[in-house]
Amino acid sequence: MSEAIPISLTVNGRTHRLFVQPWHTLLQVLREQILLTGSKRGCNQGVCGACSVTIDGAVVRGCLTLAVNATDREIVTVEGLAAGNELSPVQQALLDRGAVQCGFCMPGMAVAATALLADNPDPSDDEIRDGLSGNLCRCSGYVKVIEAVRSASAGGAS
Amino acid sequence: MSDYVSPVGQGIPRLETRDKITGKAVYADDMSRPDMLFGVIVPSPHAHARIAGYDVSAALALDGVVAVVTGEDIGDHKIGPFIKDETALAVGKVRYMGEPVAAVAAVDLETAKQAARLIDIAYEELPAVFDTDAAMAEDAPVLHENSGDYIKVFEADSDGNAMAIIEIVEGDVASAWENCAAIVEGSYETQAQCHSYMEPCSALAEIDSNGKITIWSSNQSVFHVQAFTADALGIPMSKVRCVTPQVGGAFGGKMEQTVQPAAAALARATGRPVKVTLTREQDFEMIRARHPGKVWMKTGAAADGTLLAREVRIVLDAGAYADDSPGVAGIAALFCRGPYRIENVSIESRPIYTNKLRSGAFRGFGGPQVAIAGETQIDEIADRLGLDPIDVRLKNAVRPGEEWMIGVALNKAGLSECLNRVRAASGWDEKRKAAPNGSGRRRGIGVACIPHISGVLTSGAIVRILEDGTAVLNTGAVDNGQGSDTVLVQICAAALGLDVDRVSVATPDTDGSPYNWGTTASRVTYMAGRAVVAASEDAVNQLKQRAAIMMECAEEDLELRDGGRIGIKGVPEAEVGFRDISGFSHWVAGGPVIGTNSLAYDGPDFDPKRGFLRGFPFGKIGAWIFAAQAVEVELDEATGRITPLKIWSAHDIGKAINPTAVEGQIQGGIVQGLGYALCEEMVWDSGRLANPSFMDYKIPGIADVPPQIETILVEDPDEDGPFGAKGIGEPPIVGIAPAISNAVAHAAGIRLRRLPMTPERVLRTLKE
Repeated sequence: MSEAIPISLTVNGRTHRLFVQPWHTLLQVLREQILLTGSKRGCNQGVCGACSVTIDGAVVRGCLTLAVNATDREIVTVEGLAAGNELSPVQQALLDRGAVQCGFCMPGMAVAATALLADNPDPSDDEIRDGLSGNLCRCSGYVKVIEAVRSASAGGAS
Repeated sequence: MSDYVSPVGQGIPRLETRDKITGKAVYADDMSRPDMLFGVIVPSPHAHARIAGYDVSAALALDGVVAVVTGEDIGDHKIGPFIKDETALAVGKVRYMGEPVAAVAAVDLETAKQAARLIDIAYEELPAVFDTDAAMAEDAPVLHENSGDYIKVFEADSDGNAMAIIEIVEGDVASAWENCAAIVEGSYETQAQCHSYMEPCSALAEIDSNGKITIWSSNQSVFHVQAFTADALGIPMSKVRCVTPQVGGAFGGKMEQTVQPAAAALARATGRPVKVTLTREQDFEMIRARHPGKVWMKTGAAADGTLLAREVRIVLDAGAYADDSPGVAGIAALFCRGPYRIENVSIESRPIYTNKLRSGAFRGFGGPQVAIAGETQIDEIADRLGLDPIDVRLKNAVRPGEEWMIGVALNKAGLSECLNRVRAASGWDEKRKAAPNGSGRRRGIGVACIPHISGVLTSGAIVRILEDGTAVLNTGAVDNGQGSDTVLVQICAAALGLDVDRVSVATPDTDGSPYNWGTTASRVTYMAGRAVVAASEDAVNQLKQRAAIMMECAEEDLELRDGGRIGIKGVPEAEVGFRDISGFSHWVAGGPVIGTNSLAYDGPDFDPKRGFLRGFPFGKIGAWIFAAQAVEVELDEATGRITPLKIWSAHDIGKAINPTAVEGQIQGGIVQGLGYALCEEMVWDSGRLANPSFMDYKIPGIADVPPQIETILVEDPDEDGPFGAKGIGEPPIVGIAPAISNAVAHAAGIRLRRLPMTPERVLRTLKE
């Protein structure tokens, strides 16, 4: 094994000083070193989206991002969406609409939906589909996910 | 307290949702234990080979490797739910590429992976068969030479690689054909579908100083995990404890063994906790799939559309091991007549061994393979006779109060109502009348009906009243994400007259939970739900007995009142709350209140005088549920692409305990059905799975879902079901492919008999 590299990662507002191998993915470091296991490993290939996190507001795949490339930037994971016990509007809508079944895709889905609404506060249904097209869910059929994101959007009071 | 609202019928969010959307929910791979090792499984590189020897020295010499186990180490302990024909790690032979052969535990995952590559296993390759035709050929290599010695839990004939032959005969098909005004006949082929649960299989096992192994794993039944792990390791069940963290989807794929026996074997070999989590690729190659099916079917009807006869030959590709194949083949044989009264049937169903990944349980359980044949033949019959497809279905639909297949009495059957509701909601009559809309993009609408069961095997429940008058419910039923914990708590709370936040639900644990056969067969709401109602009633009776002592009255004079109170009938002010009763029972007299129930499915059975049923591997099954689904599609004749535009899905569910959860089950099943109908297909190149990733095996994404999916709940309470409820899990997936095939026939006059209905296949059929 090569020499571990010292890095610092800022996750959900907290800075962690760590030693990582150059090939360690952000997902691996989040789950195994920082012990934030909310982000999931569904395919480890960048397809399923269960590991979605944001870096400086942009959605990335934790499994395709090297930890060493995420240093000194703002990383937000599913654990960083709620303010204490208060769910974010997207989380609350997913809960209220019954969009969550097994929940394995939900950390990534919630992160991606949050980023989508930050970019576009009042998306059309097509824009919601487009914004979440990188997040696979095998349980819900997506119907209630779309309803939830619509209801959490600026024009979605209902 | 008149402001109490019964939780039954309320679409409350699932109890664990908050944990799931904040990242707090713990799945197996999220767990770690002190001193934990990481396990990796070594797969077979051959489809069929004899194991000539093992050399594990290089792997063991690697720094950080703690143990290697092979089939030789754990021994020839065979497992299997119907036929005990496989071992947790291959012994003597491998029979599919990807089969677990050895496992290694190391201090970290990277070391374990490296060690797995260093394990040197010598093989002598054997001739292999990759499809059922080759496997049934006279000179085909036999996969299981000693199958006669295998333990079977059912009686059936077998024939070479055909592990079982299941037959159903009623009436006299041969003479019925003469009375038919229309007869259709065809061959249909369906593909292997991957469950594609989002959470890859994972298990963490640890062993205590007395040799007792505890396993946390992703599964559908802790009791199955306990039984097959004990079997696989050759140890008593009392030495295995199985627990369930959150499960990231299952759909049948986690009903039998996944990686639990390997994790347990490594824990035993090392004395340390070991976690084994598959990569997505391994999960594709190693676990199980939906059976590819080849179905030949012939159906005949009288001029008025009355179905007179159906003859069916079903061949299912079971892969290398039996797993749930006899069950799936049995259910396919049972369901292939559809939810119709047909007096003359002759059915044969054979699950066949081949050198591929085992096939097993998958939502629908044999239904989808036969529905594409049966439901498109109904439309062909209607077409021949100039009748409307819904009218033909209504004419033949099973009806409440009648007997149908093999003399089973049907108390309730909401199929006609489902059909009528779908017809009205979809604007069926208008859309079917519309003239074909030229060439280019054509629209059509099609329908399909589905029969299923929700009553089978056994369940139990324990309702314990805590010292403060709240309750804890323990059923041992694993929630795979469909929401059974929530639904069972709603049932329990309603039966006790409490709010749901006064009832907690225990994690399934083989050391403390009552037995539940499994979260499978659409049975938990119905079966575990019935046990919960009965256990709650038992608890209420005990509460009354204690209250009678406290209030110095007769038990018969007492009644349960909403909000957790027992009172004297006709005397509103004379009552005691659960808290006081429970305090009294714990500290003064009567003893803690623990309501229990134990239940086996006890509904109407087949009548041997009414038909011939052979090789069927289940006992009593029932609590029948029915559904009708319609799909409107657009067919692009230039590209061959089928786009589903709108879907209507009506379900005879008895009573929706949680309507939101029911809708979620229907919507999710429909979208899995779209994948099965249009794009999902596991493809093998000889013995090698060619597309073991979500990159190459496409499941529907959010953009593939039609903008309108309308769920219709037909509620006619079942007499035995909890608060009238029946199951819902499986039917929503089953009708989608045949409804789409029928819609394409309506749009363009072509008959698609091969799934998935990809643009290539559609174009080929259009050209023919």
